Amino acid sequence: MSDESDELAMRLKAFEGRAAAVAGAGKDPVNEPMIRHWCEAMGDTNPAYAGPEAIAPPTMLQAWTMGGLSGHTGRSGAYDELLGLLDDAGYTSVVATDCEQEYVRPLRPGDEITFDAVIESVSERKTTKLGTGHFVTTRMDVRAGGELAGTHRFRILKYAPARGKPKARRPRPVVNRDNAGFWEGVGQHKLLIQRCGGCGSLRFPWLPGCGACGCLEWDTVEASGEGSVYSYVVMHHPPFPAFDPPYAVGLIELAEGVRIVSNVVGVPYDKVRIGMPVRLQFERYDEELVLPVFRAGETDGGGS
Amino acid sequence: MRVGDALPPLEIEVTRTLIVAGAIASRDYQDVHHDAELARQKGSPDIFMNILTTNGLVGRYITDCLGPDAVLRKVAIRLGAPNYPGDTMVLTGSVEEVAGDTATVRVVGANGIGRHVTGTVTVTLPPGGAR
Ligand SMILES: [Zn+2]
Repeated sequence: MSDESDELAMRLKAFEGRAAAVAGAGKDPVNEPMIRHWCEAMGDTNPAYAGPEAIAPPTMLQAWTMGGLSGHTGRSGAYDELLGLLDDAGYTSVVATDCEQEYVRPLRPGDEITFDAVIESVSERKTTKLGTGHFVTTRMDVRAGGELAGTHRFRILKYAPARGKPKARRPRPVVNRDNAGFWEGVGQHKLLIQRCGGCGSLRFPWLPGCGACGCLEWDTVEASGEGSVYSYVVMHHPPFPAFDPPYAVGLIELAEGVRIVSNVVGVPYDKVRIGMPVRLQFERYDEELVLPVFRAGETDGGGS
Repeated sequence: MRVGDALPPLEIEVTRTLIVAGAIASRDYQDVHHDAELARQKGSPDIFMNILTTNGLVGRYITDCLGPDAVLRKVAIRLGAPNYPGDTMVLTGSVEEVAGDTATVRVVGANGIGRHVTGTVTVTLPPGGAR
């Protein structure tokens, strides 16, 4: 049962066959610097893309037609109208799903790019993992010096993100007399470790007395932030509302020798390994909750 | 080159730098490809790779494997699981069809959460075949 009116469906269908771009012009002619920047980004060392006989990587086809920060030229009223209609219907997000390119002739530095595009199809309402929306397919003819150089078929999904329930908040820490100093430290982006006033042992988590000598006197030292994964588990089930399984829970051994349970971030859950170096960072989860987490990778000059 | 031949896999480390560099090199300034905070506001856990970069990597994979004389004729890709920073994408390919000097290669790019890209590449091979 669709709650979308037949009227909207008909209005969307009516865009099929209309122009999406008319007499668009590439902002720059095909040029060596853009080719080189592309090849650097892709790690593409193909010699065909350098030197006096260079061609542009064929997969750059669409790049020559991009509007960049200053926006598109040649985009038709119809395309903007279609996107606006979908926006108004609540399908405000967009993601590219398909790209099909045919290369008729290579592009070379100096080629002036022009293009025309047509709205090939607007799908019926579809429900995907991302949410519900409509696929919009456009086909673009890209010309160089007026001659067809390639065709570019592009499909986007304009959708309303699947929300389900509003995201639950992470559980609040239980703060008491014995651990209040730790949470005050976190509030100042410091990870504080207790140090026994009697024997000097470091301890974590916070406790009222020393496990080694029983002494009740203590002060704190601030963790340097360096550490490594001592052990970890990957949580798949059961899901908890504020968390998004699967995720890795690490037992982090700090450089000071004590261990702390925390999230390992900056690396997919299945790439966490025992011994992996990690670095402390403070992550804000909502307006009142900041937690120490540990970032893998980027061990030098990471900063934030 | 024969139908069923497998191309050697190519591992791509999906770094934040690659995602941003690819987006800028393709002149794609959509915030979800460079601004993690705005990406999160739009429901994505982080920035993610744009389709133009994926397309470029698929093209690179084919010419890396088949040599600089191989000529790309057609690249058709479909995106699935997004490429987020910190992941690794492994591109694999298998020859699906050979007709004269033209081959069609099926390409899959798998990351830690699924298939990022599936597609086919049609390529013309130099006389004498690929090395
Ligand atoms: Zn003690």
